[in-house]
Amino acid sequence: MKEPSSVKDELEFWRWREYSRIVEGKQWTSKDIITAGVDVGSVGSKAAIMVNGEAYSWGITRTGSNSPESASKVLGLALQGTGLKASDLKYTVGTGYGRVNVPMANKAITEIACHAKGANYIWGPSVRTVLDVGGQDIKAIRSDETGRVVSFLMNDKCAAGTGRGMEVFADLMKIPIEEIGAISLKVDEEPPPVSCTCVAFAKTEAIGLLRKGWSKEKVLAAYTRAMAVRMANLINRVGLEKELVITGGQSKNIGIVSRIEVVLGVKCLPMPNWREKGLDPMVAGAFGAALFGKALYEKAQKS
Amino acid sequence: MITLGLDIGTQRVKAVILKDGAVVSRGQAFSGFDAKKAAEEAVAQALNLANLNRQDIAYSVATGSSMENAPKTDSTVSMMGADAKAGVFFFPKARTIIDIGAEEARAIKCDEKGVMMDFVINERCAAGAGAFIESMARALEVKLEVMGPLSLKAERASPINASCVIFGESDVVSLIHRQESKPEIARAVFDAMADRISSMVHRLGVNPDVVLIGGVAKDVGFFASLKRKLGVEILVPEFPDYAGALGAALAAASRAKETQK
Repeated sequence: MKEPSSVKDELEFWRWREYSRIVEGKQWTSKDIITAGVDVGSVGSKAAIMVNGEAYSWGITRTGSNSPESASKVLGLALQGTGLKASDLKYTVGTGYGRVNVPMANKAITEIACHAKGANYIWGPSVRTVLDVGGQDIKAIRSDETGRVVSFLMNDKCAAGTGRGMEVFADLMKIPIEEIGAISLKVDEEPPPVSCTCVAFAKTEAIGLLRKGWSKEKVLAAYTRAMAVRMANLINRVGLEKELVITGGQSKNIGIVSRIEVVLGVKCLPMPNWREKGLDPMVAGAFGAALFGKALYEKAQKS
Repeated sequence: MITLGLDIGTQRVKAVILKDGAVVSRGQAFSGFDAKKAAEEAVAQALNLANLNRQDIAYSVATGSSMENAPKTDSTVSMMGADAKAGVFFFPKARTIIDIGAEEARAIKCDEKGVMMDFVINERCAAGAGAFIESMARALEVKLEVMGPLSLKAERASPINASCVIFGESDVVSLIHRQESKPEIARAVFDAMADRISSMVHRLGVNPDVVLIGGVAKDVGFFASLKRKLGVEILVPEFPDYAGALGAALAAASRAKETQK
């Protein structure tokens, strides 16, 4: 029954990759409109730098206990190696759970608007429904062809299906979080979903299933299925309109994404090849924020 | 007449033996993975204490969230029904019964005969149940029994996320990092939970007398927070964790009388 309560675990299965990227073949000059979006989430912080509204670089890091520090850290990561300094940024927009605590931001905008805008940027104008699975909440957002929010629903009082819930499960199963999705698909037949969506109870249920002789793959399949059903329900409640895309950390969980597709009976737009050259859907909110930054900067110049 | 009430909870199984309207003995065992076996154990314990045999029991009734795992009993009663009966048995003026167990919390409105009129339930979410306190005690690295007394030493509470055990744990860890004192964090945990339970009870209406039963009723920290939150006197019977089993034994007594007629 004992479990470590601090982050000093010997093996941190929940830990995901922190990294930064500079888009190849892009240049900037001081005449360009360089803007930044800083998305301080409850679990992950993301920063994106855009040059004239085009993605230039980004960084992802874990949110610490102090939001302003996390914001500075992740922006520093995105600027790293670009030759840019914070003073080169014409406009910075803060978003996410900790958006009011982004010290360098000129303005704060909700992550709902930013994710819709960012998804529109990553996948194009055909996007109409965005499922953003964050660390502590799940949002289903309907948007128009310009990336403007039409309506949204969120579930923010329960860890079921969120990134944080998945981290807890990764630790319980002792499987690195980035492998959980693929492993959950290694079952011959899809088992029935776990009956408890509450992560605290699902843990107990999972331990019971393991003791009954279920394989880790099967338990993960049952858990992932239950979470996918939960997310699919939220999408159905807001009203599913094609095309559907998934943003946030869980967009990288193939076990979740493929099961949502099965439950809803639609395919999501293909995941950008983010490990190589594509834009990372986890950074969608920060891209959206940087785009709002550009628009706000231009508006300020005109007036 | 001797009757048996069994409450098959998610964490423990409780048994109560009733003779002519008075409790003669109690028994309990951890539900574990075999609730049936645990139930047999609890019953054997109670029978042993009362110096009785299984054949002496005129009628038996099971209740509890895992009652389908009970050994064979003459009938079953809903948890809300059992709670209402027990509440009024302890305190005849009881009209609102709050029962908080390990994994479930509920509030029941009842009449003077102990008949359930209405209820609200918090199910499938650990945040409103004993599991919340257990998780937070773990995060604080203190024993569960210490949480209550510890919280009473606090002068104020630091707000935490009470909507979810998982989020609450992260909040407690960051409060520890911020070097908040343990009593204040413990108080925050009980206040947060009392907030949740209070809003659940308010949906039903707070009709005095208010009675608190279930395992969590033994926690002085939660009791103090709930009392502060509801702003009314709260009555707690002796052995509040056996209330469900007692309710079942009371139901058994009245059903046995009916069958005798």
